[in-house]
Amino acid sequence: MVTTAMPQPVRPVRREQQAPAANPPAAPLPETAHVRTDNFSVYYHDHPAVNRVTLTIPAGKVTAIIGPSGCGKSTLLRAINRMNDFVPGARAEGQLWYCGQDVYGPNCDPVELRRRIGMVFQKPNPFPKSIFRNVAWAPKINGYRGDLEELVERSLRQAALWDEVKDKLDRSALALSGGQQQRLCIARAIAMQPDVLLMDEPCSALDPIATAHIEDLIDQLKTQYTVVLVTHNMQQAGRVSDRTAFMYLGELVEVDATDIIFTRPNNPRTQDYITGRFG
Amino acid sequence: MRRERLFRNLLRLAAWLVGLNVLVISITLFWGASPTLRHFGLGFLWSSHWNPVTDEFGALPFLAGTLATSFLALALSLPLSLSMAILLGEFLRVGWLSNVFKSLVDLIAAVPSVIFGYWGLMVLVPLVREAEMWLMPLGQSVGIEIMPYGVGVLTASLVLAVMIIPNTAAIAREVLELVPRDLKEAAYSFGATRYEVVRSVIVPYARSGIFAGILLSLGRALGETMAVTMVIGNTNEMPANLFAPANTMASVIANELAEATTAIHYSSLVAVGLVLFLVTTVINFIGTYIIKKMTVQA
Ligand SMILES: Nc1ncnc2c1ncn2[C@@H]1O[C@H](COP(=O)(O)OP(=O)(O)OP(=O)(O)O)[C@@H](O)[C@H]1O
Ligand SMILES: [Mg+2]
Repeated sequence: MVTTAMPQPVRPVRREQQAPAANPPAAPLPETAHVRTDNFSVYYHDHPAVNRVTLTIPAGKVTAIIGPSGCGKSTLLRAINRMNDFVPGARAEGQLWYCGQDVYGPNCDPVELRRRIGMVFQKPNPFPKSIFRNVAWAPKINGYRGDLEELVERSLRQAALWDEVKDKLDRSALALSGGQQQRLCIARAIAMQPDVLLMDEPCSALDPIATAHIEDLIDQLKTQYTVVLVTHNMQQAGRVSDRTAFMYLGELVEVDATDIIFTRPNNPRTQDYITGRFG
Repeated sequence: MRRERLFRNLLRLAAWLVGLNVLVISITLFWGASPTLRHFGLGFLWSSHWNPVTDEFGALPFLAGTLATSFLALALSLPLSLSMAILLGEFLRVGWLSNVFKSLVDLIAAVPSVIFGYWGLMVLVPLVREAEMWLMPLGQSVGIEIMPYGVGVLTASLVLAVMIIPNTAAIAREVLELVPRDLKEAAYSFGATRYEVVRSVIVPYARSGIFAGILLSLGRALGETMAVTMVIGNTNEMPANLFAPANTMASVIANELAEATTAIHYSSLVAVGLVLFLVTTVINFIGTYIIKKMTVQA
């Protein structure tokens, strides 16, 4: 029997080298920093997949993370909501703050954290339940007290899926097309009313039309959410993001406003990557 | 080309032999049971009198005994086997402790049923007798007669409960392990706790497989003969309560077939076998139907 490796909260990923107590992390963050890392690394066993990254993700903006395959984009993204806790052998070093809270510090409850940070995965992964119950799932387990039906409708509208599914909310989500499923997953994440939305190559399994849908969506979402988008698609990063971070071999090579990264980047490696001279 | 055809024909032959086998068993049962069926008709099923001396035969006490012990055993074992499956399929998937538990479950499946019967006699019967002594006055005060025999429906159910653990535990564990990783990750990413993920993602996803495991357990309990015969008390009467001795369909056949002197007695035992065969078949059909429905919904 084939057994896939499953997420196992083996033990929480804890920061290894804590800053000495006498020297607490530089306090007040700039108003706009929603997520911030400082010399932040993630190791799989002894291999640093994210290496000493210092990055600020401003609130209400779309930040794209680009870079060649295996450079640590997903690892960094999953570090923000501590999904790497489920990966055996993963551990974090350095600092990562969410709204000024030390995510890998002793006072952070990862369950609480994940309720405020939504995640959309590369492959659409709706639950094998009805469309309605997919969207209602997170609010339900998080004890949402308001009108669930209204919330589901609002989330589906925001995800630009409402018109296509409003007559079949009780049908299985698995009967939707891939693009619809991905928008459903976005609706499911929005319904939790997070303030940060992490998206790991959300369009990689989609055709150009569905991709365009989702890009429009991201454009609208940034009025309400902070979006972090991992993408392999340069045009996509250029179209939808405000800021772009380029990673290479686990390191953050450069981060700046998207138009600067795409027109006159500082680092020649960024230039090479964007113009497709290496991959 | 010719070898290909030969191979296919051999496979086909084997399939036919297996199918034929079932047919032959059914015919043998009908054949052997026909004197009883002709004599008692369907009343054989409703009658609760089984008396080889007066040649009165009814299968109801044994039908009741089989269903009572099997379902009670299932109820007793499910909390254990499902907990085991969830533990090994989700919480404790690797490591030496996990391997120890898995081997122990497999070991239960490998123990011959006569050993379970022996264990029941030596360990459970005295314990149940103690409990019955203790409960006797209580039973009297509410009008339930409890005799401290130690053997009976409850004891048989307890033995069965242990015996059927591996069927559910092993299958349920395997299907739980197959729940896709990305579904669990999605659930965790919404701030679900371990318990919430198990309850509302993992178990629902695996439920048709879990149900299949439960069905296997039930099938084993319905047909189990040796262990049950040794601890059920072998009384051909409707059990008055859980503490009363009784017989199941399988145990009465095992008990009396060798000693059946009259043709009608022999035939009635075969008829009991036929009923047992039908009951297991019907339960299997219902189960398969439910599994199908569950799978379609998922
Ligand atoms: N579970 C894991 N265990 C061990 N090493 C891992 C694990 N996941 C990722 N890695 C390693 O960490 C490095 C970064 O992986 P990551 O998935 O973050 O890359 P990525 O930039 O998202 O790549 P892609 O664009 O292909 O998705 C890779 O070298 C990879 O082999
Ligand atoms: Mg990736």
